[in-house]
Parts: sequence; C-alpha cells; structure tokens
Amino acid sequence: MTVSAGPTPVDPMRGGSASANTTAATGQALRPHAEDAFAAELAALAALDDRPRPARWRLSPWAVATYLLGGTLADGTVITPKYVGPRRIVEVAVTTLATDRALLLLGVPGTAKTWVSEHLAAAVSGDSTLLVQGTAGTPEEAIRYGWNYARLLAHGPSRDALVASPVMRAMAEGMTARVEELTRIPADVQDSLITILSEKTLPIPELGQEVQAVRGFNLIATANDRDRGVNDLSSALRRRFNTVVLPLPETPEAEVGIVARRVEQIGRSLDLPAVPDGIDEIRRVVTVFRELRDGVTADGRTRLKSPSGTLSTAEAISVVTGGLALAAHFGDGVLRAGDVAAGLLGAVVRDPAADRVVWQEYLETVVRERDGWKDLYRACREAGA
Amino acid sequence: MSGVNGEEAPGPLLLGVRHHGPGSARAVRAVLEDARPDVVLVEGPPEADALIPLAGEEDMRPPVALLAHAVDEPGRSAFWPLAEFSPEWVAIRWALEHGVPARFIDLPATHTLAWQGEDGRDGGGGDGTDPATGSAEGDRGPGAAAPGAPDERSGAAPGEGARPAGDVRVDPLRVLAEAAGYDDAERWWEDVVEHRGVGKGDPVAPFTALEEAMTALREEHGSGEHERDLVREAHMRLRIRAARREFGEGVAVVCGAWHVPALRRRATVAADRALLKGLPRVRTDMTWVPWTNRRLSRASGYGAGIDSPGWYGHLFGARDRPVERWLTKVAGLLRAEDRIVSSAHVIEAVRLAETLAAMRGRPLPGLGETTDAVRAVMCEGSDVPLTLVHDRLVVGDALGEVPATAPAVPLQRDLARIQRRLRLRPEAAERELDLDLRGETDAERSRLLHRLRLLGVGWGEPAVSRGSTGTFRETWRLRWEPELSVRVAEAGVWGTTVLAAATARAEADAVAARGLAEVTGLAEHCLLAGLSEALPSVMRVLADRAALDTDVGHLAQALPALVRSLRYGDVRGTDTGALAGVAAGLAERVFVGVPPACTALDADAAEEMRGHIDAVHGAVGLLGDAPAPGHARLRARWQSVLRTLSARDTVPGVLRGRSVRLLLDDGELARDEAARLMGLVLSPGTSPADAAAWIEGFVGQGSGGGLLLVHDERLFGLVDAWLTGVPAEAFTDVLPLLRRTFSAYEPGVRRTLGELARRGPGTRGSTAVAPGQPGFAPGLDTARADAVLPVVRLLLGPDGEDEGAGAGAGVTG
Repeated sequence: MTVSAGPTPVDPMRGGSASANTTAATGQALRPHAEDAFAAELAALAALDDRPRPARWRLSPWAVATYLLGGTLADGTVITPKYVGPRRIVEVAVTTLATDRALLLLGVPGTAKTWVSEHLAAAVSGDSTLLVQGTAGTPEEAIRYGWNYARLLAHGPSRDALVASPVMRAMAEGMTARVEELTRIPADVQDSLITILSEKTLPIPELGQEVQAVRGFNLIATANDRDRGVNDLSSALRRRFNTVVLPLPETPEAEVGIVARRVEQIGRSLDLPAVPDGIDEIRRVVTVFRELRDGVTADGRTRLKSPSGTLSTAEAISVVTGGLALAAHFGDGVLRAGDVAAGLLGAVVRDPAADRVVWQEYLETVVRERDGWKDLYRACREAGA
Repeated sequence: MSGVNGEEAPGPLLLGVRHHGPGSARAVRAVLEDARPDVVLVEGPPEADALIPLAGEEDMRPPVALLAHAVDEPGRSAFWPLAEFSPEWVAIRWALEHGVPARFIDLPATHTLAWQGEDGRDGGGGDGTDPATGSAEGDRGPGAAAPGAPDERSGAAPGEGARPAGDVRVDPLRVLAEAAGYDDAERWWEDVVEHRGVGKGDPVAPFTALEEAMTALREEHGSGEHERDLVREAHMRLRIRAARREFGEGVAVVCGAWHVPALRRRATVAADRALLKGLPRVRTDMTWVPWTNRRLSRASGYGAGIDSPGWYGHLFGARDRPVERWLTKVAGLLRAEDRIVSSAHVIEAVRLAETLAAMRGRPLPGLGETTDAVRAVMCEGSDVPLTLVHDRLVVGDALGEVPATAPAVPLQRDLARIQRRLRLRPEAAERELDLDLRGETDAERSRLLHRLRLLGVGWGEPAVSRGSTGTFRETWRLRWEPELSVRVAEAGVWGTTVLAAATARAEADAVAARGLAEVTGLAEHCLLAGLSEALPSVMRVLADRAALDTDVGHLAQALPALVRSLRYGDVRGTDTGALAGVAAGLAERVFVGVPPACTALDADAAEEMRGHIDAVHGAVGLLGDAPAPGHARLRARWQSVLRTLSARDTVPGVLRGRSVRLLLDDGELARDEAARLMGLVLSPGTSPADAAAWIEGFVGQGSGGGLLLVHDERLFGLVDAWLTGVPAEAFTDVLPLLRRTFSAYEPGVRRTLGELARRGPGTRGSTAVAPGQPGFAPGLDTARADAVLPVVRLLLGPDGEDEGAGAGAGVTG
C-alpha cells in the first residue's frame, strides 16, 4: 500500500477553538456519530484484525469492508451490516481509500451516500466529524483555512491566528476528510481541492508556509448524479477521484421494505394514525417507480419511456407518506389508490409537456391492463384530468 | 519424454485441459515443446482427421468451428468451436508446425449425431431445424469434458443436463472450487490455472496435479453414471491404443481433464469394444466453418461456454504484464469513442485493480478487478461506457476465416435439395417467374426466394406483375450469378438450413435495425418469407422501438404497414397473434401521443399530421375493435381522441375539421353537432384563415375530394346552408379561401356541385348517374330500383345484404 505524502508532518493545526465543541455528552446526543454508536464493533474488529494496515488506519481494509458489510468475527462478535448492497461497491470504495486516490460517491438521493461516507471515515480514521457540508454558499475558507480576525488584528498573521478547515486538519493529522454534496459547491471553490488532491499540500501564502498531507490522509466526497448539481465537476477535479455509484435497491422486495420502514418511522414522528394494510399500496407505488425508472415493466416484457424526474426511493417514501396523511385526515383511514394518485402524478410529471405523455402512455399501456390495478388507473386518470 | 505417472512404464502423455482455457493452452504448448511427442491426439470427432491440414493454411483464422451434420438432414448438426486460445487448437497447430501427425480420438460424430436425433424428442428442435438447441447440444455437450464445465452449464443441452447424473459430472469444477473455499468456480480456475504463467519448473506438473484432483473427484463421486461418457472414453482408449501400436510411446493426448483418469485406467480391449457395439449411426459430413467471439460467449445460443473470449484471447496473446496491457487497450477503446482517458487514468486503474486483487486475496487482478477499476477510474462509475468495453473487448468482434478449399457448408446442400424439390434450377440466364401463391409449390418457391433475399443471396428480385394485380400473384426476376455461391457460403454462419439461417438472420437484423420503419419492413418481410419463428423476436424489438420512439409521426407511419402485414399474414395463414398485439399497442401509443403533438403546428406540419391522422384512422378501421386480448375498444378510444382534437382550440383548423369529418363519417357525431361546430368555426370570431383551413380539412382534397360532397347530401346541405348564411361582409373574406379548396376538385366534380347548388337543397335524386345530366325525379322510383336488386345481389354474393341493395338509390361512394 503506497501512500505518498509529505516527508514530515507539520505541527498539528489543532487551533484553540476547533476542538472544544466536539465532545458533547454523547449519551444525550439526538444522533451519535458512527464511531460512538458502533464503538464496540470497531473495538472488536481492531482487536482481532491481524492484517496489514495502511499508515494511520485504525483497521485493515478487510476489516473496514467487514465493518460495512457485516459478518461474524472469530470470537463470535456479530458485526451488523451498515450497508446493504453489492459487496463489490464497498470493496472498490475501501481499496480506493487505501491507495491515495480520493473517493467520490455518486448516486440519486436516498442511496445512503452520506451514510456510507460517514461509516467509512469512522472505520478508517475513527473520526467521522471532519466534515465540510457543500452548499451554494460554501466559501473557500471552509475547504482551506480562515482567520481569527481578533487575533489577526492584535498579533498580526501567524499560525495562531489561522482557523483550520476540516480538510486542513485531516491533512495535518493523516485522517479522512469528508465533503458532502460536492456538486453544490461553486466551481471556483471546488477547484481549491485540486492542489490538495494532486499535490497533497495546502499552501498558506500569507505566512509563506504550507501544510503537507501526512500519510493516511484521504478525502471522501458525495454528490448527486441524477439531477446534476448546479456545478458540474471540472474534468481536472474529476480525474482526482475514483468514482463509485451507489445503486438503487436491486430487488423490488428490498425497496418495498425500505419504503415501508421509513414511512413507518416518519409517520410516527408526524403522529399520523397508524394505517393498516398499506403494504399493498406501497408495493404498487414502488412498482410504478421502478418500472418508470428502469424503462421496462417488472416482468421485463414491455419497454417504457422514462420521465425526466429522479424517481428515487426517497421520493417513493414521500409519495406514500403524503398518501398516508391524506388517508388519515381526509379519507377513511385506509391507504387507497386515490390517496397516492396525486402524489404519483406530481413525482412523475416534472416536465409538464414531455413527462405527461410518458405518464399517460404508462397508464394506458401498462396500468390499464394490469389485473387488480383498475382502481389505480381510474384514480390516476382523475388526478391527471 | 517424461512420464506423468511415475510408477508405470512411460504411458501416453495425458494432458487434461479446460476447453477454451488460455492457461491450459499455454501449458499444453509448453509440454509439447518439452516432450516432443510423435503423435498428438485431440478430443474431437475422428471424421475430421482429413480436415486437420486445413488448420495450418494461411487463410485459416480462428475462431473457427468443426461442423458435423447429417447428410440427409442438414438441420441436425454439431459444432466444435475452437479459438486461438483453445488447447486443442494449440495442439493441432503445434503438430502441423512440427510435421507430427494429429488425430481426433473422440467418439465419431456419426454416433453423436444419431444420439442427438434420438434425443430430439425432448429438445425444442425436434424436427432438426433448430440450430440453436441442436448445435449447442452437439457442441461439446456429448463430447465436452469436465473442466470445460461451463459448456455443460450453458444449459442448452437438454438431453445431458436434465439427467440425474449427479452435480459433479455437470460441474466438477464447482466441487473443486468449493473445496478450495471459492464461491465462484470460474474464478477459482482462473486463480489456480489460467493466471499462472508457465513456470520454470516441470511443465507437466500442473497436469499431474489436476489429474490427481480429478481422480479423487471421480473416486469420491463415482464416474457419474453417464453411459455416453463411458462409451466415449472407451473409444478414446481404443484410439490411444492404436496410436501407441503405430507410433510407440511418444503419444500425447489433449482432452478434457474429466476424462484423464478414465483414459489412464487399464481396461481390456474386449470390454471397450463391447461398449462400442451396436451404436446408432447416421451418415455425416464435416467441414470447417468460421466462428465469432460472440458465439463463443455464453450469451448466444451456440455458447461454447466462455463469458469473455476477448479477455482470454488477451491473456493468451499478451507476452507479459497482462493487466497493464489490458487497461491500455481499454483506454485506447474509450479514447476512440471520445472519452477523455489519460495515461494517468491507466496508472490509477492498474493500481486500483492490483490493490483490489490483494484485498480479495487473488494472486493477480482478474477480469472482475480490472472491470471494477475501469468503472471507478475511467468511466466515472457509469456502466454505459463499460458496456462498450464488454462488447468490444471482453467479448470482442473477432471473426474467424476458413480457407476456400474447406468442404461445402450444409446450407448449400439444403439449398440444392430445396431447389431440386421445387424444380427451380439456378440458371445464369435471366428469366421471369410468375407465381400463383394459392398453389403450394409456388407458395414455397416464393418463400424460398424471400428467405434468400433476407440472407443477402439476391437470386430473385421481385418484379411488377404483368396483367394481374391480385395479392396472390408474385412475379420474380431470377438470375443465378456465380458469386451467389459465395454468398450462400457466407450465409452458412447463420444456420445449416435455409429456414434456420433466414430466421437467425432476421432476428439479428431486427436487433441491429436503426429505425422503427426498418423493423416494420423486416416484420413484413418475415411474413412474406414465412419465418414465423423469427416473428416474436422481431415483434419484441418493434414493441421496444415503438415504446422508446418519441415522434408520433414515426409511430403513425409504422402502424399502417403493420396493419397491412397483419391482413396479409391472414391471407397466408401465418400466426399473427403477436403482430396483432404489437399493432394494438402501437395504436394505443399513437392515441396517447397524438393530442399533444397536434398543438403549435405550422401549416406544413399540420398538413403532414393530417396525413398521419388519416393513416391511423384507416389502420384502426382495419385493425378491428379488439385485435388482441387486453386491447379492447380501440375504435372507441380513437374516436375519443378525435373528439379531443376537434374541440381543442390550439389544434390547427385543418386537423379539427378533419377530425369532425372522420367522426361524422363514422356516425359518431350527430349532423346537428357537426353543423354547430362548423358554424362555430365559420363565425366572424374566427380568423378567416383558420376557418378556411377547417373547411379544407372537412371537405378538402385529401378527404376524398369533392366526390363525397357530390354523393353525400348531408354534407352538401351543411356546406350549402353555411354558405348561404355567411353575412355579406364576411363573404368577401371567405371567398378566396373557399376557392382554394373547391378549385382543387376535378372539373366534373365542380360542375356537378354547381348543378346541385343551382337546384337547391333537398331536391336531389339518384346520384348513380353520370354527372352533368340534370332533371331527376324528386322521389325514388321503387320499381326501377327493385329491378336492379338481382344484379346487385349477384355482385355482392349469395348472402347479399338486402339493406345495402335496397338503399341502392342512395349508395354513397
């Protein structure tokens, strides 16, 4: 495992203000970090892990893959699966991190990109908090460094007046940094990553210094590939990443399971009355979504046009949740075709001209003829009229 | 020569291989170089011994296949595909290069083909016309040995696989791989054998180890009570024995690893002879045929059972650094397709592939690792360019070549037979042939010529019939050019009979077709050629294309042709169930697509769309109301589409007028309602251009000319009433536009209309008289009309509809 980096680490950049707020009382946190929630599993893996570890990795690549995919260790410890999906994906992701390439996780919303990146960072570096959240307003300081202006004015430019970004800290300490929603970040700010990823160094021209990455530093970015973020990656930056696309659930059953589980959780938090027997309707919604997304019917016999929308699992969840609210508050408490029809229409028809034809065609050629779908057909016709 | 088995006197050199395994091929070459045997025996049909020298010719280029077929029944055939990296091919080439005799030792094809005929009952190709199942079974099915296990798993061998012969016989490799802790047998084999370069040590060592494993396996699981295997092995033993008598001890045998323990076993000649007694026979013929990588891959019906011939070819051909070379090849391909792939990408991909292999505990990156690396580094995680890589490199487009001196392919024989039977001699002189399709012989001749055309053998060209125009007549211009024989030989790759080849070709063409119209044409051609077996695939492609085509115009163009085929297919008695379903589905898509496509059109586009609407209307009429299950009330749905069009203001006037007219003609729109709509359009609020367009659509030339106005009193009354009701000031605006519509009528029609107008509404009599003769009686003369009835009844048939005849006076066009 070759990790090329600067010869010696520069002194750690842990500024006074940076570390103070990280350790809240974890027991009370609404959502503990991955490394805290699964501390026992990580410890058990580390204890039994005798394979070679790349520099500054808490676990060997094999152990990291096991941590994500789940399994039973030699001493009987059960590792829960964190990611349910193709093994290949996790292997490529971990291997990418073990070489010194940065990892880009692509996928439509709701494919567990952030979840995977958090757990990868927790397993590799034991710390998933070195995070830059990408937004349209993310400034360059969030990726490089900022200044503590009080200190800057009082003492002039010095390392003490510097406020390090999570990326800078990760470089100095040989940790894994995370950038969420990379494509939401303005292009000029994105470009500041190029030097970091290719030269593995972060110059500080104001001080005539630089921070060189220590072995073990790497970066995981996530991005949305379907609705193409506002700022596409430049090819120069793209070249620095190995890309892994997280797929949508492979089987209809898996997707129905995910939707049902999430809908139940959301319904509880919104205090919606429990709705019995919604599973059939959920299955139909998931089937509609999958068929339109894949451009082919579930039996694989008829081709379909795909609409312009994403039709992700996350959207299926929101259609069902909306339908549940309708059924609970305005209907008879049972989730019926009429309750989801409007939501379906809204999710599928994003482009009023082209998508409407796609949807109509789908209704007329598939829904109309399917046994037991008459009610859905009628409800959708009414909703679309 | 080094004895493989230490304890005995030097026995024959038994080299157990995996068919189409590049690692096995390398190892075989190394052993042959080292041992220099006096004769090389190869698993394969002995009838092909005479063909072996052809393998050494310049213009013989693998992949090729040995083809055995029954002389009297070309459809019954078996293939033995050989790629450049097949150990058998390597052995044959080595023998030829070193002037050493090479022989095939497997059971003769005469028996295996006879077996195949017996098995025909449980296979799909019972009539021997289905090369896909027929050949795949023959291909290594009867002959294939163990570690070529994918052969067996390709599943196309119904007679073999279905038998309770035990899993081991079906896939011994899997058993070994499971013992080694692998879940994927292919991968285990690659790790243990294929990816292992030929070491410095004893070249025979791997074969010894493999033989031990196979012996253990056969002891553990029994020899898999596979009678035919035992028979084949008996035959191989006899042949080996004969070779040893002739050449002494310098005998090398290349066969599937599964057979090695059986060939090593000592059995008496008598026992072996007894096994071979009384085997069925069939007269067979053999030849070399060109093969393709695609057919070597499992995906196709002829599968030789390897997923990745291109990758194997690369492994076999690469001198060193197979992974680096492979990824450079991939980069080259992607660059040629305009993707930006730099050398840095290749470097990173190599690193990723190697680290992945280490992570997965494999000695070298395999196809899986390199593919993962290509996806992550070069393709940005996308599977789309990866499909290209798989298609062009992993499978590859290699196309084999066979010297012209190779014996004739069975397709030629089949054609010659059919030509004899149909008394249709190939002649160089051009001549015309009139066919009456009602006769069985002529119908078959027509089908043969259509099939040959599909195969690119342009023996006959359809010509315009002289005199008769009935659909049961066809005229062909025949001329046999010498190069057509070459075409037939080329077409031999598609199948062994004309029917099978044309079917395969039509299916392949359908997949490759670019436009919807191309596929529709192909469907029509399939019907003409009587290729009912190809029709489902063609229809599938057609349905897929139709589903993805966003241009309603294309769909509307395809529909009439399809409906035509449907009706023509009825005439020929072809099963058109699938066709009807697709046509109905197509119609439904058109229904959905037409209304949005009819808005915001300029005059030209509207005119074009009117043509489409007319075509669809005609097609829906022909299609009937429920042509296929699940597609009911087509006509009613089309009418509701027309109603939508007629009522929508954003639709151009010409289309609205046309829709109203079509509805009116169908009796779906009351006359009052049509009059109201017309009044609405022609009122002062509507722009004159739009109004005139409406009239144009309603009674314009494309709508059947003015004749309809002449013959239909209702319509004439409507227009007449409107025209007289137009206010004086608006009249001058409307006049030029109306003139444009009416001036396009033929002079006779115009004159009649003038006469009718002069006489005024409601005073018309019979229109069955030539135009231009005024002075009809106002009422109907029933006596004279009755006199016509017998003739009309005669014309319309014995069940002549009294209704239609009774209204004879009012017969409308």
